[in-house]
Amino acid sequence: MSAFFDIIFSSHFGYSVLRVSTPILFAALGALISDKAGVINIALEGIMLMSALTGVIFSAITGSAFFGLFMAVLIGGFVGLSLGYFSLNLKTNVILAAVAINLIAIGGTVFVLYLVAGDKGISSSLASKVLPKIDIPGLKSIPGLGPILSGHNVLTYLAFLSVLFIWFFLYKTPLGLRIRAVGENEHAADSVGISVVKTRYIALVISGALAGFGGAYMSMGYVSWFSRDMTAGRGFIALAAEAMGGATPIGCMLTSLLFGFFDALSNSLQSLKIPYEFVSMLPYVATVVGLVLYTIRKTEKIRRIQERAAEAGGA
Amino acid sequence: MTKSQRLFEVYRTGLAIIIALLIALVIILLVSDVPWEAMKIFLFGPLDSLRHFGNVLEMMVPLLFTGLAISVMFSASQFNLGAEGAFFFGAIGAAFVAVNWNLPPVIHPAVAILWGGLIGSIFCGIPGFLKVKWGSSELVSSLMFNYIAYFFGLYLINYFLRDVNAGAMVSYPLAESAKLIMIIPKTKVHFGIIIAALMVVFTAVFLYRTRWGYRIQVIGKNLRFARYAGINTGRAIILSQVLGGFIAGMGGSIELLGLYRRFSWQLLPGYGWTGVIVAILARNNPIYVPVAAFFLAYMRIGADIMSRSTDMPNEFVSIIQAVIIILIAASSFLSKQRHKIVVKEAIS
Repeated sequence: MSAFFDIIFSSHFGYSVLRVSTPILFAALGALISDKAGVINIALEGIMLMSALTGVIFSAITGSAFFGLFMAVLIGGFVGLSLGYFSLNLKTNVILAAVAINLIAIGGTVFVLYLVAGDKGISSSLASKVLPKIDIPGLKSIPGLGPILSGHNVLTYLAFLSVLFIWFFLYKTPLGLRIRAVGENEHAADSVGISVVKTRYIALVISGALAGFGGAYMSMGYVSWFSRDMTAGRGFIALAAEAMGGATPIGCMLTSLLFGFFDALSNSLQSLKIPYEFVSMLPYVATVVGLVLYTIRKTEKIRRIQERAAEAGGA
Repeated sequence: MTKSQRLFEVYRTGLAIIIALLIALVIILLVSDVPWEAMKIFLFGPLDSLRHFGNVLEMMVPLLFTGLAISVMFSASQFNLGAEGAFFFGAIGAAFVAVNWNLPPVIHPAVAILWGGLIGSIFCGIPGFLKVKWGSSELVSSLMFNYIAYFFGLYLINYFLRDVNAGAMVSYPLAESAKLIMIIPKTKVHFGIIIAALMVVFTAVFLYRTRWGYRIQVIGKNLRFARYAGINTGRAIILSQVLGGFIAGMGGSIELLGLYRRFSWQLLPGYGWTGVIVAILARNNPIYVPVAAFFLAYMRIGADIMSRSTDMPNEFVSIIQAVIIILIAASSFLSKQRHKIVVKEAIS
C-alpha cells in the first residue's frame, strides 16, 4: 500500500496526470460547445482519430509539426461541419450520423495509413514531427509544483488555457450567448431572430476543431506516431467527462483531470503486479460510476425542487 | 405503413446502396492500379466458389445476431451501443462453459450459448437500468461498458483460462462436445445460422405479436404517449435492453463455438457497430435483418477477397457503410418524393 501512495504523491505522477488529461480535456471542451448548442457530438472519437492521422501525414510531408497541427485542426473542423450538414441539412439523426463518422474513422484511417505508409498498424515509416515541449520561465521554480507543471507539451498548456478561452467565449461573447440560447430553447432563440441552423453549424465546427487539437496531441505529443484505434475511446470518455462536469468549462477541466488521474494510475500501477487488464479498466469504471453519481445528484435535486414547488403550491 | 410507402422505402434503400456502391467504385478507380480487376472481384468474388459463398454465410451469422440485438434495443428508442461488449463478453462466458464443464453434446453448446446470452444481457441491461432509474445517458454508459467488457474479459481469459503452453494469449481448447456442427460440406457454415434464423422469427413475433413487444414499439414511437397510456415504461425499456443484450451475447457464444478452437480474440470484433448498420438498413424490423446482414456480409467478403488478390485494402468498405447509414437515416433524402406519395394516397 505504501508503494501505492509513493506513486500517487510523486511529482512524476502529477506530471503524467496532466499529460494524459490533455486529449480528454480538448475533446470534453468540444463536447461542451456542441452540447451547449443542443447537439450531442459522439463523433469526437472519430474526429480525434482522423485528426491524429492527418497531423502525422502533413507533418511528415512538410517537415513542420505546426503545419501538421494546423491541418489536423482544419480536418477536425471540417468533419464537424460535415456532421452539421448530415444532421441539420440532410436531417439524419445526429447520433447515427456520428456513428457513421466514427466507422469511417476506424476503417478510413487504416485505409489511408496503408496507402501512405504501406502499413495497416502503425505510421513508423513516416518521418512525422512532434510538437515541442516548452519550459515556462518561473513555473519551474515553484517549490513542489514546479516539476509537475513545467516542461509539458505546448498543447497541454493550450488545453488548460482553452478552458479560460471557452469560458470567455460561451459566457462573455454574443456568439456564445447565441449558442447557449439555441441549446436552451431553440424556438425561443428562433423567435428573436437567431438562426438555429447557422449557430449549430458554428458550434459543431468549433467542437470538431477542439477534438482536432486532441487528436493532434495524441499522435504528435503524447506519442510520436499514429497507430490504429489509438484514441481508444477517449472521445467517448470526454462525453462522460462533459456530462459529469455539469456542462461547464471548469467542471470539464476537473472531470478530465479525474479521468487523467485514473488513466495515469493505470499506467503506474502496472509496476505493482496488479493485472494490467484490471488497471486499464479503471478509467472506464470511474467514468460510469462518476456519471451515475452525477445523475443521481441531479435527479435528487430536481425531485427536491419539485417537492418544494408542490409545498409552495399547497400553501 | 401502406404498401406504396413500403415500396418507396425499398426504392429509397436501393438508391442509397447504389450511390454508396458508385462511391466505392470511384474510390477503387482512384486508388487501384488494376481497377477493373478489383471491381470485378469486389462485386462477384463471393460467387466464384462454394467456399467464398460459404464465407458470406459465416460472416452473416454474427451480423444477424448483433443486428437483431440492436433492432430490439433501438425499437424502444434507446441508443444503447453495448452490443459490442455483450457480444465479446458473451463469447467469454461461453468459453468458460466450453472449457471447464463436461456435458454431453447438444446440451453442452446449448448451456454455453444460454450462459453467454445471460452475461450479454447483464452488459446491455445495466445501461438500460441506469437510464430508467436515474436518467444516466445509456449512450455514454454503454460505450464505457464496451471497454469494461473488453478489459475485464481479457483479464478473465489471461488469469483463469489461459493455456500457457499455447504460446499466444489464447484459452485452453474448447471441448469437442461444445462445438457447433458444420452443416454445409466444404465450408465452415455451422449450425449457428439455423439458430440465427430461429431468433429472427422469435424477435419478430416478440416485437410485433406480443403485449411486451407492442409496449416497446409504443415507447419507441412516443414515450410520453406510452406513459399516459399507462404502460410501465421503465420495465419495458429494461426488458428491451436485456433482451437485446441476450441476443448479442448469444451471437458471441455462437461465433466462438462455431468457428474457433480456442478463445483467441485480442480485440473487440466490431460486430456491434456493424449491427447498427444492419438495424438501420432493416428499419429495426427483424424480418428485414437477414437481408441487410446478407448484403453487408457479401460486401465485406467481396472486399476481403479483393484485398487478398489485388492492391486494394479492404478497409474501404467502412466508407461505403457510412454513406449507406447517412443516406438511409437521412429523413430528407428523397423526402419530396415521399411527400408526393403520401399526398396522392390521401387524395385518392
